[in-house]
Amino acid sequence: MQEAFAAALERWPIEGIPANPRSWLISTGRFKAIDRLRKNRREVGLEVDVIQELPEEPHDLVDDRLRLIFTCCHPALNPDAQVAMTLREICGLTTEQVAAAFLTTPPTLAQRIVRAKTKIRDAKIPYEIPERRDLPARLASVLHVVYLVYNQGYFTRPDLAAEAIRLGRLLVELLPEPEAIGLLALMLLHDARRATRTNSKGELVPLEEQDRTRWSREQIKEGAALVERGFGSRQVGPYLLQAAIAAVHAEAARSADTDWSEIVGLYDVLLRADPSPVIELNRAAAIAMRDGPQHGLALIDQILARKELTDYHLAHAARADLLRRLGDKPRAIAAYQQALALAVEGPERGLLGRRLRELGAEEMA
Amino acid sequence: MRYLCLIYEDEKWWEKATPADMQQGVAEYNGFTEAIKKAGNYIGGEALQPTKTATSVRVRNGKLSTTDGPYVETKEQLGGYYLIKAKDLNEAVQVASRIPGAKHGTVEVRPVMEFDQP
Repeated sequence: MQEAFAAALERWPIEGIPANPRSWLISTGRFKAIDRLRKNRREVGLEVDVIQELPEEPHDLVDDRLRLIFTCCHPALNPDAQVAMTLREICGLTTEQVAAAFLTTPPTLAQRIVRAKTKIRDAKIPYEIPERRDLPARLASVLHVVYLVYNQGYFTRPDLAAEAIRLGRLLVELLPEPEAIGLLALMLLHDARRATRTNSKGELVPLEEQDRTRWSREQIKEGAALVERGFGSRQVGPYLLQAAIAAVHAEAARSADTDWSEIVGLYDVLLRADPSPVIELNRAAAIAMRDGPQHGLALIDQILARKELTDYHLAHAARADLLRRLGDKPRAIAAYQQALALAVEGPERGLLGRRLRELGAEEMA
Repeated sequence: MRYLCLIYEDEKWWEKATPADMQQGVAEYNGFTEAIKKAGNYIGGEALQPTKTATSVRVRNGKLSTTDGPYVETKEQLGGYYLIKAKDLNEAVQVASRIPGAKHGTVEVRPVMEFDQP
């Protein structure tokens, strides 16, 4: 069965895009060749000018790579298939590797990809870079796919996070739009904290307890510079704003040095650019840091009263943290238990369990 | 490529519309139709009477059954369609996004199956 899927997948690039079948093959091949050359250049050192060894038509080359990205991430395709195709066709992961990353079986994943490729052919999704007027919306779906890959790798799969960053770099290189720059910056600034995010027991370590000397200065520097570059464009979108917030955190030498007014201000702008209850929640947590826990708590209770984040574990965890800081032990315990009942990720469950133990409460199974 | 754009709208909107709203709605559709005729995307298109005028026909074991309806409880009903010509899905989506009903309803874009000529 699996072999049949694999065969269908292999055949598709030839049969699936009748309009310009060679272009697909050439671009995918070139894509991988360039990546190998780039990798070699990094290993050999920058003095070797690889560009000269590349075939002519650098402009077409850029276009080929972008065409492939925009086709894999076409919003008319199933979202899971977008991610799977991006990892397979652009990052060169095998179907087995992608399936393992997304906790599904290779045949299921292969089927999803075959279905997406059938739609590309039958509905005639073009193999092209979107027109200027469509670019913001189409780029948004590409960035969303990259961010999904990054988040999937956040806790347990550094390889996926690295792939996402590599994709982010590629996008910035090919299409330096402010939001692409913002997403790359955001991923780098989060990744800079990778080593300190969890402790030896695999529990999440909150930001204020992380050993900041172990944060990657190099990634922070690069991320912060990208934020500045993005802000220079004067088109500030949600990724760039989130990156700016991450940069304020990253640039504080100690937790106590964090400029919470700046962070609240950025959340205000973010909330206007991309209104969502999750951003409201984060803003409430920042306000708690600036003005005191009771101010944040009032805002979180307002959000929960609207029944918008009732099943979101982080809303209850944030509420629990504020109640704990206010010394309201019983209500803090109840909120931590509520968060624990909703949390799925191991590291987050680990931290919630620790908080409960510190408050002298039992973890509920 | 040919694409069928099926327009699903809340037909109650048209029932409740004031004469002025109705006039404006019709004008928007006329304007859109003219625009895609000029651009060369238009093949055909019609507005449909509301679902209360619909009849469902089935033949089972050679026996004809005719029923009133379908009265499926959905918020949006098929209210009309355009058959368009577009070079690919991106162009079809561009055209579909300008159909007035897309602003409050949903437009389903379906590629037309092309059969080889005998």
